[in-house]
Amino acid sequence: MKSKRKLLWFIIFLVLFSTIVDLPQNYRIKFDIGSMKIDRVINAPSINIDLGRIKIKNDLKTHLGLDLSGGTHLVLEADMKNISSSDKEKAFDSAKNIVERRINLFGLTEPIVQKTKVGNSFRIIVEIPGISDVSSAIDLIGKTAQLAFYEEASQTANLATPSSVLELWSKKTDLTGSNLKRAEVTFDSKTGKPEVALEFDKVGAKLFEDITTQNVGKTVAIFLDDQLLSAPRVNEPIVGGKAVIQGNFSMDEAKRLSVSLNAGALPVPLKILEQRNIGATLGRESIDRSLIAGVIGLCIVGLFMLVNYGLLGLVADVALVIYTLMVFAMFKLIPVTLTLAGIAGFILSIGMAVDANILIFERMKEEIRWGKDYIHALSLGFDRAFPSIRDSNISSLITCGILYWFGTGIVRGFAITLAVGIVVSLFSAITITRSLLKLIYR
Amino acid sequence: MIDLIAKKYLFFIFSGLIIIPGTIALILWGLKPAVDFTGGSLIEFQIKNASKEVLKEDIKKIAEEQNVEVGSISKTSNNGFLLRLKPIDKNQNQNLNNDLKKHYGEIEEIRFETVGPTVGQETTKNAIKSVIIASIVIILYIAWAFRQIPKPYSSVKFGIVAVIALIHDILVVVGLFSIFGHFFKVEVDSLFITALLTIMGFSVHDTIVVFDRIRENLKKIPGVPFPQVVNESILQTLARSLSTSLTVLFTLSALLLFGGETIRWFIITLLIGIISGTYSSIFNAAPLLVIWETKERKNK
Repeated sequence: MKSKRKLLWFIIFLVLFSTIVDLPQNYRIKFDIGSMKIDRVINAPSINIDLGRIKIKNDLKTHLGLDLSGGTHLVLEADMKNISSSDKEKAFDSAKNIVERRINLFGLTEPIVQKTKVGNSFRIIVEIPGISDVSSAIDLIGKTAQLAFYEEASQTANLATPSSVLELWSKKTDLTGSNLKRAEVTFDSKTGKPEVALEFDKVGAKLFEDITTQNVGKTVAIFLDDQLLSAPRVNEPIVGGKAVIQGNFSMDEAKRLSVSLNAGALPVPLKILEQRNIGATLGRESIDRSLIAGVIGLCIVGLFMLVNYGLLGLVADVALVIYTLMVFAMFKLIPVTLTLAGIAGFILSIGMAVDANILIFERMKEEIRWGKDYIHALSLGFDRAFPSIRDSNISSLITCGILYWFGTGIVRGFAITLAVGIVVSLFSAITITRSLLKLIYR
Repeated sequence: MIDLIAKKYLFFIFSGLIIIPGTIALILWGLKPAVDFTGGSLIEFQIKNASKEVLKEDIKKIAEEQNVEVGSISKTSNNGFLLRLKPIDKNQNQNLNNDLKKHYGEIEEIRFETVGPTVGQETTKNAIKSVIIASIVIILYIAWAFRQIPKPYSSVKFGIVAVIALIHDILVVVGLFSIFGHFFKVEVDSLFITALLTIMGFSVHDTIVVFDRIRENLKKIPGVPFPQVVNESILQTLARSLSTSLTVLFTLSALLLFGGETIRWFIITLLIGIISGTYSSIFNAAPLLVIWETKERKNK
């Protein structure tokens, strides 16, 4: 029975692995046992695997949703009225980019900025965790991006102090983002290197011609919201309103520059559709309370199984504890953002996790009633209960899938937590309980 | 042996006693939608050091001075208040906060939510869409999973009956919440939709366990009349159905008692739905299958 032993080792490994993953961050343990004093900080390790192409990086943090950590949730709508349909995607990219850039200016922790399209409406979802005062950030997010072109100041500028870029290029030109029609990544026909092509409108072309004529050999700086984007050197006067910025760009760099330029060229006003601020106290309270509820729920279910099924119930309880450890580890590994609804989904799944065990044990009882001996009934219980466990759980997974597909925000989080719970519960209730029971009744 | 199938109409009447008033309430009053659906703003704040008792009317007056239209004000805790308003923007919120501070000293804003009306409509549309799609997918799945049941029984019927039981559970919950909404001002938000969809999953889960046993018994004991097979299958799975529902009810009760204010109604929704789901799979779905099958035999 070598394979059985292997399976058992695998389960032990899984339990240890999950426990390590589950360790809290920066949790201080301090207590005294007689003369022994224990005082140390526990940390979950972080994963950082680099196998050439495959890079796995996970700092094993519990990701809390805004309703638990406190923070701000914003839904912005980009007004695309003045953008031609071929440029809409570009403008959308740039709008997202500009929102990101502005939030980062405020040094807010781990903001999430996502694009989403609902029908004809282009939306940007922003999530800023933490308690920081976001109202000034929100003010800035709503403003339209300002792209400006600057000429080098006269020779007096001191090149040794690059900290003041505005001193270097202090001469603002009349050319602005509104004169730029679009920017895109193209490739140098000779070297094949990526470059950024600019196209100006009529007025812009004339202005640009003047600027480039006056600045041959010098640099012209492009600023977005007063931040330097690029300062290409002018090689020759450019007539006709089409220019390229060359440099040793990687594809990513070129793309980033063109997106930033487009934020100025294709400005889209942003309107706040939805805003939610959640104070941190409310979140902390919710976590504490859910934790208590979870532990109590787990205990009652454990007791119920013990009373109802005796030794079998005890084994199911062990499986249930392993289940809890594994689910939390999964939440950290995937990672799943935990929300209040998600935690409720998880606690609900504890109740459902024992369902498979109940089905199996009830079946065993029946088989024994029908005259089978205990050991035989044990394996029949697993085999005969399996189709109903399989079919019922697949249908639950289907609902989770549909919830995920159509839901947004909290609904999605709930669907993922429930789905993870169902999959892990199948493993714990069937594989783990079975191996443990086989260990007892050899 | 207890003959549950013989009492089937009694079970249907019991379901009707809950569903019919609920449906009437739904037609008369509808549901009370939260800001998630209607659009609007929600402010919850707590007054740190109240020197005297704070009256809701006073808060309303302060808000109206700022030209903010107040839907309702409720007290959430000691000196904590929840305001429901027509949509306001960030600046109006700021002004209102400043005014409240002037009157009551230090306040802590616990949450501020504002939802545009378009977002609300989409949420409703998505919710209805997902219920319909989930129903269709479940019928298809059951028809496929039960494709091997012996002739002349059809697996499609099993699927349709499972969905009827599911609609039963949704009607029970939605109907009751229409009544709650009218009498206790309970609002339905996007968490309610989440709960509803979970109930759908659970309801089908339960029904499948009973149907699975019917499938097994049909294969094992051919020649026994259908009603008897169904009756036996229900009795055999009864212990399991009750045990499972009990464990889920235990965890939900723990959440209800200790889980905090914000998800209270979410948990109540789940509780009602899961009780209804267990009931409908035993006392409605299986008997319905019997009625359908025997009617068809007679007609032939």
